[in-house]
Amino acid sequence: MPEMNFIQAINTALAEELRHDPATFMMGLDIWVGAFGATSGLTDEFGAERILNAPISEAGYAGAGVGAAMAGMRPIVEIEFASFFYCCWDQVCNQAAKLRYMSGGQADMPITFRAVCGAVGSAAAQHSETVYSQFMSVPGLKIVVPSGAYDMKGLLKSAIRDNNPVLVFEHLKLGRSREEVPEEEYLVPIGQAAVKREGSDVTIIAIGYMVSQALKAAKSLEEDGISAEVIDPRSLIPLDEETILSSVAKTHNVLVVDEGHLRCGAAAEISAVIADKGFDSLDAPVKRLAAPDVPIPFSPPMEKFVLPNDKKIAATVKEMLG
Amino acid sequence: MADTSLSTDKLLDMYRTMQRIRQFESRVRDIFQEGQIPGFVHVSIGEEASATGVAAALTEQDYITSTHRGHGHLIAKGGEVKPMMAELFGKKTGYCKGKGGSMHIANFDLGILGANGIVGAGLPIATGAGLAAKVRGSGEVAACFFGDGASNEGTFHESLNIASSWKLPVIYVCENNLYGEFTAGKDVTSVKDIADRARGHDMPGVVVNGNDVVEVYEATSEAVERARKGEGPTLIECKTYRWEGHVVGEEAFLGKRSYRPADEIEAWKKRCPLITFEQRFMPDTFSQEELDTVQSEVKQAIDDAVQFAQDSPYPQPEEALDDMFSKE
Ligand SMILES: Cc1ncc(C[n+]2csc(CCOP(=O)(O)OP(=O)(O)O)c2C)c(N)n1
Ligand SMILES: [Mg+2]
Repeated sequence: MPEMNFIQAINTALAEELRHDPATFMMGLDIWVGAFGATSGLTDEFGAERILNAPISEAGYAGAGVGAAMAGMRPIVEIEFASFFYCCWDQVCNQAAKLRYMSGGQADMPITFRAVCGAVGSAAAQHSETVYSQFMSVPGLKIVVPSGAYDMKGLLKSAIRDNNPVLVFEHLKLGRSREEVPEEEYLVPIGQAAVKREGSDVTIIAIGYMVSQALKAAKSLEEDGISAEVIDPRSLIPLDEETILSSVAKTHNVLVVDEGHLRCGAAAEISAVIADKGFDSLDAPVKRLAAPDVPIPFSPPMEKFVLPNDKKIAATVKEMLG
Repeated sequence: MADTSLSTDKLLDMYRTMQRIRQFESRVRDIFQEGQIPGFVHVSIGEEASATGVAAALTEQDYITSTHRGHGHLIAKGGEVKPMMAELFGKKTGYCKGKGGSMHIANFDLGILGANGIVGAGLPIATGAGLAAKVRGSGEVAACFFGDGASNEGTFHESLNIASSWKLPVIYVCENNLYGEFTAGKDVTSVKDIADRARGHDMPGVVVNGNDVVEVYEATSEAVERARKGEGPTLIECKTYRWEGHVVGEEAFLGKRSYRPADEIEAWKKRCPLITFEQRFMPDTFSQEELDTVQSEVKQAIDDAVQFAQDSPYPQPEEALDDMFSKE
């Protein structure tokens, strides 16, 4: 099977979906040039009418996406860095998320929002957040966080085809990571977790870029005689509770790892689900590893201190099983 | 000829500030490429006159808000190059103890309410600083730097409306360098002159040669006077150009994808703010030697700043947890 990197996976998914459905079109900052490469070449094939370079007006163009979706189109809206979602919060949370429900089911909202997220290295507090957790408590949004090129491509295609608002978070650190991706078309369904590695002593549930860190940790734990299962939820809303709970039923120990903040984060929600529905399987309390509740600092030693990584994951697991 | 009422001291000060910005930024560009500065940096080479001319019309008590491309604004408002450079390095001796970095330098003692990583975010903040001055009757003004791209954010329009309606002492300074990131303003902006947008908010909108420090200074002085008299805000548009990429090192990820014609860059380099100044004031007002002396003094200061930053310690990792909430 041919390999491609994460960015190429985004690029091919976009191109395929733009080809697949003439109602799709894109808006975003600098997408003609395509700063991160995800949109390179799209203007050549689809023209400037369907690939729209937007002004720096997040509320305006995100909202225009909402309106276009209600008027029968299938917009793909790029928000560049996830922290800029704060500039169009209303259009995503009050409008896209609610209008179907509030209109008694009249409005379909086939809109996809894409944003890069996560800490890439001293980008400081306004360019390093994950942000998806904040959206998790807004009913009406689906949220996917792919951890590699294969899932990225399949999930993005599913997101675009979904008739509901879907937020896709693309961790910048995964940009050059490569995976095998089939040449023939495939979709990865939204709402299905992936068991990335099987194990029997502990379940590590990891989100996005943290999946790679959890897999690394699992390898090093193996040398210490600990068998770790790694689960990637892939989509946070809807959450595949079944896969998570059956893994916990097998291992009886669980660590939830997220790069986002600890308080009310994705890890908190997943932990609560396990505590609610998997309590009898547990040998020990559910443990969370996430960024402490401070903005992501600029200086490298401080940034390293707040971010989870493979070593911290392995150390936490050893402590848990210790 | 020196057709200005400005004193030679004031002129030389402004030249020194522009030199400081030019040399700070050039050094930052170089050492960033050597890998000495983490993260990413936006430099303002070619845009020294707007920062300098605006700040020269302010007092130390007045406020500014800045942008992601903020080093020049800070230097012009009195920011010292040592703690600035240290902040860029992520060192403990930086203005923000390494928490902010290039895009977030601030010094409230100097009225610098911060660079900002969010485009358009400084506009309401400057508006609020002007509001504070008005509510307590303390007489300061706030100058708000922002780009042409930022003028497409809702915060721009909301801020101008608030300031105009409430007659706030704010000077909105749009540095129009024709591009926002990799997008030409003309492709995404409804007006050619951002200053035209002032009319919609019933305030004066002025276009100036943003590469002529005296012109910027004079327009700002007029706006400051208006603001201090309680007559409300002004929008000043400085036509200028950034010589470097949007971020230093962008060639690495843009590859062959270009967004600016090479001859456009060359044409603007001929309109360099420093050369514009030199042509106007040399040799009648200043001799070559006088200006050369300034240049080499500034070079020494920048050398010292880099040395200071290199020699400074990093913060302790756990300091990441400090500074969250006021203890009072
Ligand atoms: C809300 C928001 N949207 C997008 C960005 C990404 N971004 C950073 S700088 C920039 C361009 C800003 O253009 P302009 O205001 O003209 O300032 P210039 O860079 O030209 O000085 C963009 C789009 C951001 N930082 N914040
Ligand atoms: Mg600009």
